[in-house]
Order: sequence, then structure tokens, then C-alpha cells
Amino acid sequence: MKKLKIMVVCGFGLGSSMVLRMTLDSVLKEAGIKAETFCSDEATSRGEKYDIVFTSQPLVHLFEGKPQPVIDINNFLSKDEVKQKALPLIQQLSSEGS
Amino acid sequence: MSLRDVLTKDLIRLQIPVENWQEAVQAAGNLMEQAGLCTSSYVDAMVQAVEQLGPYMVLAPGIALAHARPEDGMLKAGMSIVTLSTPVNFGSAANDPVGLVIGFGGVDKTAHVEMLRDLAIFLSNEDNQQMLKLATDVEAVLAAFE
Repeated sequence: MKKLKIMVVCGFGLGSSMVLRMTLDSVLKEAGIKAETFCSDEATSRGEKYDIVFTSQPLVHLFEGKPQPVIDINNFLSKDEVKQKALPLIQQLSSEGS
Repeated sequence: MSLRDVLTKDLIRLQIPVENWQEAVQAAGNLMEQAGLCTSSYVDAMVQAVEQLGPYMVLAPGIALAHARPEDGMLKAGMSIVTLSTPVNFGSAANDPVGLVIGFGGVDKTAHVEMLRDLAIFLSNEDNQQMLKLATDVEAVLAAFE
């Protein structure tokens, strides 16, 4: 299993992204997936190394043209939305690296 | 620092009337300023953050987490809660209108993490969200965070 680096981005990297990261962490834990999750802000995120990025619609444009998948989450508190939009992809990418 | 440690009666206002999202964010910021948690420049920065970065702070249907950077004038990590008698639009296609505004700020990258976790756990229960949006009694809200 490859340990994915999952970046969660909001404007300042400490409020909204922290809430989404907590939701994501509990989804990963329930699914038994080990991944590194971290928060970043709009400016810093450009220089970060990551495999998948999570953010919300207003910030999706930051990642246009990048090769890594962008997961656009509307409800940062919804484990269901995170599961639905990203869990199959995370499982696939985790196993590809093995 | 847990959410219950930082939240006091003075940091909660319920069912207030506002004209627009700016007033809603200012109301949440003013509570923190009056409690000595931040300066007025932090409150201004909270409004500017939404203007500059878009309404991404509306992090779930009807819920905004309004904040700025620690260096914008936050003095002590903390949080405030404002609910609106009539929800207002923030310009979030997915999550408008907003009836619950959480004002928030940290002083470094870590001190606020525990209180955000408490908030996320509390709000991930939709019954709690409903209770908060409809509540009229500050004591009852405080009790819910016990």
C-alpha cells in the first residue's frame, strides 16, 4: 500500500480546511486507510507535494491544469459526501502504489 | 483548549437580525472583540477574507466559519456563535443561505485545533445543527456543549 499525501486547502489553511481534514481523517480511519493528511493555505499549497487535493468550489481554480485529482467538497462536515466523491479514488491510488 | 473552555455566555448571540453577510460576520467578530479575544482590525480582516477569497468559509449548508489570520489581530484563541433570525446569502452556490455564523481565530497554528475538533464533532450531528439554529436560550446552547 502506498501512503498517500492528501492536502486540504482553504484560504488560510487553519480554519475551514482543518474542519474538512477532521472529516476526511474519520472517513479514512473507518475505511482502514493509512494516509498523511495536512492543511495548507492558498499561497503555500502551490509549492506542496501531494497526491490528491481536497478543497471547495471557490478555490478549485487554484488547481486547474495540475495533474493530481481535485476533490471539490460542498459540505465539510459530511462524511457521506467525502466517501461518495473520494473514497473509491483514494482506495485505488493507495493500492496502485503497492 | 476545548471549546467548552473558551465559550462563554458573552460569546453567543441568538436570532439576531442582520441586513447582509457583512453584518453577520461583524456580529460574530464584535463578540470576540468585546470579550478581549481580538482587535477591531481582526473583525475587518474577517470581512475582507470573504471578499477576497470567496465564500469558501461557508463550510456546510447554512454554516459559515468566519475567520482571518492570527496576525490580523487575534489576541487569544477563541470562538463566538451568532445565529440569524433571517438567514442571509454569502454567495455560496452550494451552501446559502447562512443562519449560523461561527467567529473564530487562533494565535498560532495549533492552539485552536482542539476547539475546532470539538466544533466539528458537535456540528457533524445534524440534530445539533438544528438545535443551534433554532435556539433562543444561551444557557441551553452552552449546556449542549458540555
